[in-house]
Amino acid sequence: MTAFYYYLPPMTSPIDKSQLISRLENILPSASVLHQKEDLHPYECDGLSAYRNLPLAVVLPNEIEQVQAILKVCNELDVPVVARGAGTGLSGGALPLSDGILLSLAKFKEIIDIDPVQRVARVQPGVRNLAISEAVARYDLYYAPDPSSQIACTIGGNVAENSGGVHCLKYGLTIHNIQQIKIITIEGELLTIGGSGLDSPGYDLLALMTGSEGMLGVIVEVTVKLLPKPESAQVILAAFDDLIKAGKAVGDIISAGIIPAGLEMMDKLAIQAAEDFVHAGYPTDAAAILLCELDGSQAEVAENIKRVQHILQESGATEVRIAQDEAERETFWKGRKAAFPAVGRISPDYYCMDGTIPRKHLPQVLQTMAKLSAEYELPVANVFHAGDGNLHPLILYDANKPGELERTEEFGGKILELCVEVGGSITGEHGVGLEKINQMCVQFGALELTQFHAIKKAFDEKGLLNPGKAVPTLHRCAEFGAMHVHHGKLPHPELERF
Amino acid sequence: MSKDNSQEIQTQILDAYKNKSTLKICGGNSKQFYGRKVDASSLDVSEHKGIISYEPTELVVTVRGGTLLSELEKTLDESNQILPFEPPHFTDQATIGGTIACNLSGPARAYSGAARDFVLGSRIINGKAEDLKFGGQVMKNVAGYDASRLMCGAMGTLGVILDVSLKVLPKPETEITLTHQCDINLAIYNMHQWVKQSLPVTASCYDGSQLFIRLSGNDSSVNSARKIIGGEVIETSPLFWQQIKEQTHNFFNTDKALWRLSLSSNNLPLDIPGDTLYEWGAALRWLKTDSSSAEIREKLDAVGGHAVLFRNSTLDTPVFHPLSSGLLNIHKKLKNAFDPENILNPGVMYKDF
Repeated sequence: MTAFYYYLPPMTSPIDKSQLISRLENILPSASVLHQKEDLHPYECDGLSAYRNLPLAVVLPNEIEQVQAILKVCNELDVPVVARGAGTGLSGGALPLSDGILLSLAKFKEIIDIDPVQRVARVQPGVRNLAISEAVARYDLYYAPDPSSQIACTIGGNVAENSGGVHCLKYGLTIHNIQQIKIITIEGELLTIGGSGLDSPGYDLLALMTGSEGMLGVIVEVTVKLLPKPESAQVILAAFDDLIKAGKAVGDIISAGIIPAGLEMMDKLAIQAAEDFVHAGYPTDAAAILLCELDGSQAEVAENIKRVQHILQESGATEVRIAQDEAERETFWKGRKAAFPAVGRISPDYYCMDGTIPRKHLPQVLQTMAKLSAEYELPVANVFHAGDGNLHPLILYDANKPGELERTEEFGGKILELCVEVGGSITGEHGVGLEKINQMCVQFGALELTQFHAIKKAFDEKGLLNPGKAVPTLHRCAEFGAMHVHHGKLPHPELERF
Repeated sequence: MSKDNSQEIQTQILDAYKNKSTLKICGGNSKQFYGRKVDASSLDVSEHKGIISYEPTELVVTVRGGTLLSELEKTLDESNQILPFEPPHFTDQATIGGTIACNLSGPARAYSGAARDFVLGSRIINGKAEDLKFGGQVMKNVAGYDASRLMCGAMGTLGVILDVSLKVLPKPETEITLTHQCDINLAIYNMHQWVKQSLPVTASCYDGSQLFIRLSGNDSSVNSARKIIGGEVIETSPLFWQQIKEQTHNFFNTDKALWRLSLSSNNLPLDIPGDTLYEWGAALRWLKTDSSSAEIREKLDAVGGHAVLFRNSTLDTPVFHPLSSGLLNIHKKLKNAFDPENILNPGVMYKDF
C-alpha cells in the first residue's frame, strides 16, 4: 500500500507509552486496552483502506464515565485521540495516529429510549444506522438518512460526518434529522447540545458539531428524529441515449414542482457493471439511466408518477418503466445499491470520489472528466445522486501496477478541483478526513482556514482531537500549492513558502 | 434594487476593530424588540441588498443580507417557489439577513424545518473585519465546519451576514385549514396522531378552544387527508396563519410579558398561570403571564426545554434561557474566535459575550 503523509505539529515531549497504558488500564479492564501489535491491526484503517497506520493503543470503553476519564488522561499527557465508530468512513477520518490512541465507541450499542409519540429515539453512538430503523419499524417509523453503508455504519459516525444517502433531496442530511447529542470535551466534560424541543438556547452548536469529523468532541449519545413511513413509494426507471439529456430531465422534474424521495443517475459503465452483477434488468445499451422514487400518500404518488412519466418522455427518454410491484421496485434499486461492489468486480481496485456541483454544470463537468480520464488512462464509472448534485465518480485502477494509485489520486484531486471551479464542493457526504485535506486548500482561502482553526481551538486548545484531519494547516496548503506550481496553479500566493 | 455595500460595511467593522468600539447591527429594525438591548453605534446593513442569483431548477437562491424579505418572497413566488420555513416579517422592512441571524421560522417549522435547515452557505464579515465564505450553493457540502448554520440564531454576534444561499422548495398546489373544537389534551393527541399517519400537515395551532390544522400538497393528498381529519374548513386559511405568524392575532395583543416556550411536543400543559397559544404540534407555546422568569425557567428546565422572553421584556429579566456553565464557556470561546474584541452586537444574547 502507498505511503501517506500528514502534518502533525511536533509534540512538546515524547509520549511515554508504558505510562499511558498503565493509566488507561486504571480506567478500563485490561482486555479493553489493546496495545500489542497484532491486536492493533484490525484498527489500522477505516473504509479508505489505501491509508493504513497503527495507533499506540486502542481503547474500548462501554461507559460514558470511562470516556471522560480517558480523555482527561489524554489531555493531561498530550496524547492525540482519534474516535472511531464502525470504521466505514471513506475519507480516512478514523485513520489512527502513530503517537495517539484510537477511541472505539463500538461498545456503545444500546438504544436507550424510543418515543413513538414525539417520534424521537435516544441511542448510543455505536448503534448502527439501520438498526435504528429496524427498532422503530414496529411503530411504522424510520430514520431517514440512509448512507450506503447503513448496515454497518454507526450513528455516532453519521453525526461526525453529517452523512447523507439517496434520500437527501427530500429528507435532508444527518443535521436535519437529529435533535440532541451528548459530547465529551477533551477536558472530559459532558455537554448536552440541542434539546428536547425543536430548538435550544444559544449558538447552533448542534450544526457545528455535525460533520466536524471528531475534531471538536467525542459523541456519546444521539437523539434522532424519526419519520412516519410513507404510505406508498413507487419508482420509475428511465433510459437515455445521452447523459446530458438525462441531466436535463432531472431539472425538468424539479421545475414541475416535484421533489422526488430519490433521484439517481448512472452512466453506461456503471449500468453495465451493475447489470452483470445483480441482473436488475437495466438497459445495457443506454448511455444513462435515471431512477426516480416518489413517496407519500397513495393518491399523491399515483398522480406524481403519471406526471414524472410524462416529463421523462418529453425529455427524450428512450424507455420509461414503472415498477409494477414492490418486488420490481426493489430490483430497480438493487442495481443502484450494488453499483460500488459491481464496479469492484470489473476492476482490481476503484477509488470513490464525492464532489458536489450545481446541477446545471453537469454537462461541462462530465465532458472535462471524460477528457481527464483519457489523459490519465484510467476509466471512470459515474454514479450520481442527481437530485442534489452529488457525484460519485469511481476511478478504476490496479494498485499492483506501479504508479497507478498515485495517478488515480492525482486524477481524483483534479475532479474535486473541477467541482470547486464550477461552484460546488470537494465533499458532499464522505467528509474531508485525510483524503481530501489538500483539496481543502482549493475550496477555502487562508482566512477561512484560519477561522476554522480558531473554532477548533475554542473546543480543543491543544489540538489533541483527530489532529491533522479535516482542516489543513496553512503550512500544508503552501506545500500543496508548491506541488502544483508546474501546472500553473498557485493557491495562497500570499503565504510564505517553506 | 440591488447594491453591493460590502466594502462600506467591512470598513466600518475594521474601524471599530481598530478603535475597539462597539457596533449594533441594524437591517430593517423589524425585530428590535427581540433580544437584550445593545448600547452601541449603529451599523446599517440594509443598503447591502439584492438577489445575486436565483436558479429555480437548482432550488437555490443567493441573496444579499439587506434584501427585503418581501422582495425575496415575491421573486420566489413568480417561479412558484417558497421559503419553506415561512419566516415572520413583523414589519414590511424585515430583511433576510435579520431573519437568518435570528433564525426565526413560522407555522411550517415543525413540518418543513427551521431557517437554519435551509441555509446552504454564507458570506460573512467577522469581528476582525475579515470577509469569509462558508458552505456554498449545493445541497450537500461537508467540507469544513458548518459555520454558515452557526450564524443562524447567533444574532450577529459572530459576524455580519453579507450574503446567504438558501434552499427553496416548490409552492404546494393546494392549502386548506380544518378546525376542531376540543380541549388541549385532545388537541395535543390529535396533532401527534395525524402527523404519524403521514398526513400532509404543514401547520397546527391551538388557541385555547379550537385546534387549527393546515394541510398542503397536491389536490388528491389534501382531499384524502381532509376526509380522515374531518372538522370544519375555514374560509380564511391564509389570513389566519398570517396572523399567527406575524403575531397580529388577538392573542398577541397584550402588555404582559410574552414568553416563547420551546419543549418536547408531548408535554401536557405546563402548570404556569397565564394564557397559552400552541403551535408546531405543541412543541412551541406562547405564554402571556405575570409569573416570574425563575418559575417559568424552572418548569422548562424540568422538561428539557427553554424559555425566551420574546416581547415586553423588563430590564432585570434575562431574555434568553441561561446556559449551563460548560456551554457558556464554549460560547465565550467561540465568540472570541470570531470577534475577539467583542465589537459585534455585544450582549444582545447574553451579558457575557
